[in-house]
This record gives sequence, structure tokens and C-alpha cells, in this order.
Amino acid sequence: MRRIISVLLENEPGALSRVVGLFSQRNYNIETLTVAPTDDHSLSRLTVTTTGSDKVIEQITKQLNKLVEVVKLVDLTEGAHIERELMLVKVKAAGSQRAEIKRQVDIFRGQIVDVTSTVYTVQLVGNSHKLDAFVASITEGGVLEVVRSGISGIARGEKMLSL
Amino acid sequence: MELLSGADMIARFLGDEGVEYIYGYPGGAVLHIYDALFRQDKVEHILVRHEQAAVHMADGYARAAGKAGVVLVTSGPGATNTVTGIATAFMDSIPMVILCGQVPSNLIGEDAFQETDMMGVSRPVVKHNMAVRHASEIPEVLKKAFYIAESGRPGPVVVDIPKDMTAPNERFEYVHPKKVKLRSYTPPVRGHSGQIKKAVEMLLSAKRPVIYAGGGVILGGAASQLTELVERLNFPVTNTLMGLGGYPGTGKHSVGMLGMHGSYEANQVMHHSDLVLAVGARFDDRITNGTDKFCPGARIIHIDIDPANIAKTVKVDVPIVGPVDSVLDDMLELISASEQGADVSALEDWWSKIESWRTVHGGRYEPSTQDNIKPQNVIEALYKATKGDAYVTSDVGQHQMFAAQYYKFDKPNRWINSGGLGTMGFGLPAAMGIKLSFPDEEVVCVTGEGSIQMNIQELSTCKQYDLPLKVVILNNQSLGMVKQWQDMNYESRHAQSYMKSLPDFTKLVESYGHVGLTVNKLDELDSTMEKAFAMKDRLVFINVYVDPAEHVYPMQIARGSMNDMWLSKTERT
Repeated sequence: MRRIISVLLENEPGALSRVVGLFSQRNYNIETLTVAPTDDHSLSRLTVTTTGSDKVIEQITKQLNKLVEVVKLVDLTEGAHIERELMLVKVKAAGSQRAEIKRQVDIFRGQIVDVTSTVYTVQLVGNSHKLDAFVASITEGGVLEVVRSGISGIARGEKMLSL
Repeated sequence: MELLSGADMIARFLGDEGVEYIYGYPGGAVLHIYDALFRQDKVEHILVRHEQAAVHMADGYARAAGKAGVVLVTSGPGATNTVTGIATAFMDSIPMVILCGQVPSNLIGEDAFQETDMMGVSRPVVKHNMAVRHASEIPEVLKKAFYIAESGRPGPVVVDIPKDMTAPNERFEYVHPKKVKLRSYTPPVRGHSGQIKKAVEMLLSAKRPVIYAGGGVILGGAASQLTELVERLNFPVTNTLMGLGGYPGTGKHSVGMLGMHGSYEANQVMHHSDLVLAVGARFDDRITNGTDKFCPGARIIHIDIDPANIAKTVKVDVPIVGPVDSVLDDMLELISASEQGADVSALEDWWSKIESWRTVHGGRYEPSTQDNIKPQNVIEALYKATKGDAYVTSDVGQHQMFAAQYYKFDKPNRWINSGGLGTMGFGLPAAMGIKLSFPDEEVVCVTGEGSIQMNIQELSTCKQYDLPLKVVILNNQSLGMVKQWQDMNYESRHAQSYMKSLPDFTKLVESYGHVGLTVNKLDELDSTMEKAFAMKDRLVFINVYVDPAEHVYPMQIARGSMNDMWLSKTERT
């Protein structure tokens, strides 16, 4: 089952490599990984999406918790949560295609953030399925380049991951 | 306030921390530190012949003393040579601090001479590692290193020290930090009282219980609590390879070691039990055999300080995360307060079953003849010669299993071996580390002619520091355990398991300035042992030629249940 694990870790050199290293050492999957400092600059927040049996997920959270630089973590998929991913995608947009692409972008509530005579660069935010669906909706050969941020997540309501 | 250079701070800190010996090897990146050590007299440096041995020395000391061992090596090859030793300590949760030199900060990343990314290289085999980024932080970084190494589930910590951090002309305020606090690291201090209560209720109603005690009992200093619990409840206890001595090997409740080469009775007791109390043990593959067939009728209580050990390989009914000594104390208190005792009549039946299992194999082996000495016989002779009270280190292979099976350890911290990683070459340097800190104790390295050659150069270190330990080689002229597996699984095709061109060990050890003795005949065995142990102030190397065809039994049958075993070359359960 797919899980989203959110980790607060010390914003120190090498801390990220420990997290990534742990996944490869113990043969765990990483599907996406995002990391950036939080409002408290001594901390980074890392979101990792992974898959595995309940036993494997339990080990992943325990092994992550054991890392000295990991301060706190939560498996967001255990409760109600919001997940978002940012995608920037270059789409072929020449002649009659331009209006069609614009309509698609509107349907998906994306934005065209850069324009040339033949290319639109589209920005789209949503869960991963939505981004997949947008890419699939473009006619074959229309997608020129895709970059995705990986998933960031946060729990719904009062639940918080903080010190 | 005193101003010290980074190098002097390191030397001073180690002294203030109460470190008596550090083991190491000098080189360019650590010359400032070596100079600082030279100018003080609190910490003595032991010069090994290969950095791997320095780590095993620190490891042997740590296992015997229960405190972190300290290693100092230079950058590059000095650091990479420590990796096997660090991994050995990591697998067995041994507290250790490894100080590694590094090229100066401004050269890092430029492929400078003797540069290795030791932070990256060591990462998978350390509890934690840290790089010094400013010389003024040295006391705090070192304090953290010791704290992390020794607290919680112990382990090795590497500190990477770029050469410029130790420059003699830059001085900083030095204070020995009394303690450190890390917001992201808080090892558990007590077990959950509700879980402990539940566990005690289960213990008191069990019909066929067993206590399965691991290395955590030794590391957690809980041997006396374990012994009290076993005796109070009248339960059988089995110790893992790492846990030998946690309950006395000659104690009447002991059913011996369990697992791959465990005793017949220990593996039977486990398989037929209705309740397993695992104390500081981690259900690894050399214990459980096929996990799907593991202890089919048992509920499991698991005490461990590391939550990640719980339910890693085997599902557990009552997990208790906490230090084993405090959890066992809490259990003993609840048992005392309880009106209900253990189930006496059920235990009576259980013990009569256990006593019948004891007679099935009972550690038997074919007796030696005058020209064919059995390796088991050698361990029994060693046990007799040392009155069962020596510190015994071993390397890895058949001799390790024979020592574990036939030397009955009655005290904790006396059986010192590489159980997790299985590192050949561990035994001699580990014994050196122990002898140095426990000079009045008998220290013996039981090894094979294969393993000893992996760190034999340390006989030179033994000479330099006058370490009169004893080395007993079970010389079967082959890599015995490899050969055993080839006999059992590869139709006796002995691929590379025969050691040709062995040195004349007697001459070799004599050239290092020690005493070499050889045993070829059975009637020389006891007398040679006595002669060797009578030489209190000499290192004596006893080369005993043993039966090259002998196998270690019992041996669990792969992927079977705990009690599927070979009992000899021809009999199985």
C-alpha cells in the first residue's frame, strides 16, 4: 500500500543522505521525496512516499525514527490528509493547438506560466492522479518535458507535526 | 578559562572523560592530535599494526568493560581500514568512538592525498557519525559522540576531524561538557507499566514457558535481574550466542544456547513452548530458522530497548520497549506483589519433558583417540585449565561454535565474539583490548588457523605492550565451517576451503618473541594447557591439531522449524 511519511529532521549537512541511504540499505522503495527547510530554519521537513506491506511500513517508520537527526515523523496516510504535487510541463502549442491546450489547462485549473510561439509552459498543482490525468489528456506527442516536485503532505484539521 | 588548540582539546577531553587507552595508528591528517597525545600522560595510546585491529581492540575492551572503546586513525586508508571493525561493533551494538582524521577542510572534495569520504563510507555501519566543522565545537561534538555511543542501544560513532580543526596555533576556550541534550535523540528509560503488567500475568499463567535471553542482557547489565527472574519463576532459560553468561551456563535452569548450533534441548523447548519471553534478543535468522514455523504454539513477549527490533522478523504479542534491567526490575516487583505464583504443577510436567530432552543429545561427540583429537575436547580441556573463569574471545567458524557450546560461561561480559557480522580476525585483537584493561584476568583467544592469519600481525603489538594472553588454535588445516557446509550441501566438493602452506606457527610466534606450543597427541593436551597457563607473564600460542573431518552439531535444517536438526552426520530429528 502507498504511504506518505512526513519527517521533521535537523537541518544539518548529511541528514538527508542518512534518510535516503536508509531506504537503499534496507531495500525499501522511495517513490517520491521532497525536502525543504521549515519556518524554523533549524528543521527540514521531508515528505517521502513509499509502498510496502504493513510490516515493511512499520519498519520504515521505526528505522527512520532511530536516525539521530530525525526529530519526529508521522505516517500521513493513517489519517485524513491533504497531498499536493507541483508539475511544470512544456506542451507543444502551435496554431490551432493553442486554444485547445488553453482549454485543457483551464479545466485542470492550471496556469500557463510561460509562452513562446510554439510552446506553452503549464503549471499544475494537485494530487498525483490529477497531474497524471492532465498529461494523459494531451494528444500524443504533445508533451515535450515534464518536471514534478514529488508529493508534499499535511494532516487535515488540528493534527500537526511540530516540536 | 583555558585556551587550547583543537588537538589539545581532543587529548584533554579524552582524559577528562576517563578514557585510559586509545588504540590507533598515526598518519598525516592526525599528526597534530598525536603530538597533543605525546604531550600529556592521562591517556595512553596503543599502536597497532593494522587499523582494523585497533577497532577490534576497542571492541574487546568495550564488551568486557561495558564502556565505549576509543580509536584514532588517519584519513583515507587509515579510516577505510576501520570499516570492518566498525561494522562488527555495529552489528553487535557495541559502544565505540572512532576518531578519523580528514584532509584539511579547504581540500575536501578535491580528491586530495589520502582523502576518503568517511562520513559516506561509514554511514551504513554506524549508530551515528559527525564531522567537526569548527574547532571550538570539539568538546561538544566528542561529548555527543560518547553519549550516543553508550546510551540506548549502544553502537559505534565516527567523528571525522579535518586536519585544520586541530591546528596548533588556533586556540579556543575549553570546558569539559558535563552532559549533552539532543532534541532528536531520547533513548527510552522505562518500559510501559501496562505492558509489563500484562506480560507478568502471562508469565504466571504459562504452562510451557521459556526465557530467550540475548546480548541485550549483557549490554544492559541485567544478568543479575535475569538470573533472579529465572530462579524465582523456575523457568528454563536459553541464551543466544551473544547472550552467553547472561544466566550462568552451569545453572540448573539453563538449557544452553539456542539456534542454528544450539543445543537439542534449547531448540525443543523453544519449539514446544506456549510462552516465549525474549529479553534483549532480536530473533535473527540464526535463531529462528524458518520464521513461518517458529514456535507455533507460543505467545511472545519481547523486551528490547530498540523498538525497531520488535516485530522485525517475528510477530510479537506483547512488546515492551525499554532498558532490560529496569523492565526486569519492574517485572520482579510485580511478581513479588502478586498473590498468584507460577503454575507449579504445569512447570513440573514441563521440566520432566525438558530433562528427557537433555538426555537425547547432551552435547555428545565421538571421543578423541590418541592421534585424532576432537575440537570439542580441546575446549573442555581449556575450560578445565582456566576453571571456567577466563575471558574467552573467538574468531568465526567451527571453533567459535565449539567454544560457545563447550565453555560454560557463568558470568556476563566474558564471552567475546563477533556474533552478528561474523568477522574472522576479531579474536586476537579483541583479546588484546581485554588483557590490557584487565591484566590480572586470564584472557584466551580461541581461534582457527584460518581466522588467526587475518590479524596475526598483532602478535607484534602484543610484544610491544607485553600482553600475556593465551591463543588456542583448533588447527584442522581447513576452513572448517565452510568445509562442513560443502560436505552437507555440495557433495563434499571442498572449493577453496583447504589451507595449503600453513606457516610453522611455533616458529612464527617465536619470531614475534612469544612462546609457541604444539599438541599432536591426546595425552599432551591437558599437560600442554597446564604448562601454557602456568606461564603467567608470557603470551603462549597453543597450536592443537584437531580432527579435520569433525562437524558442529546439532545443526538446524535450513528453513525448518526450531527443532528440525541434524544431531550428527547421520542422525536427524
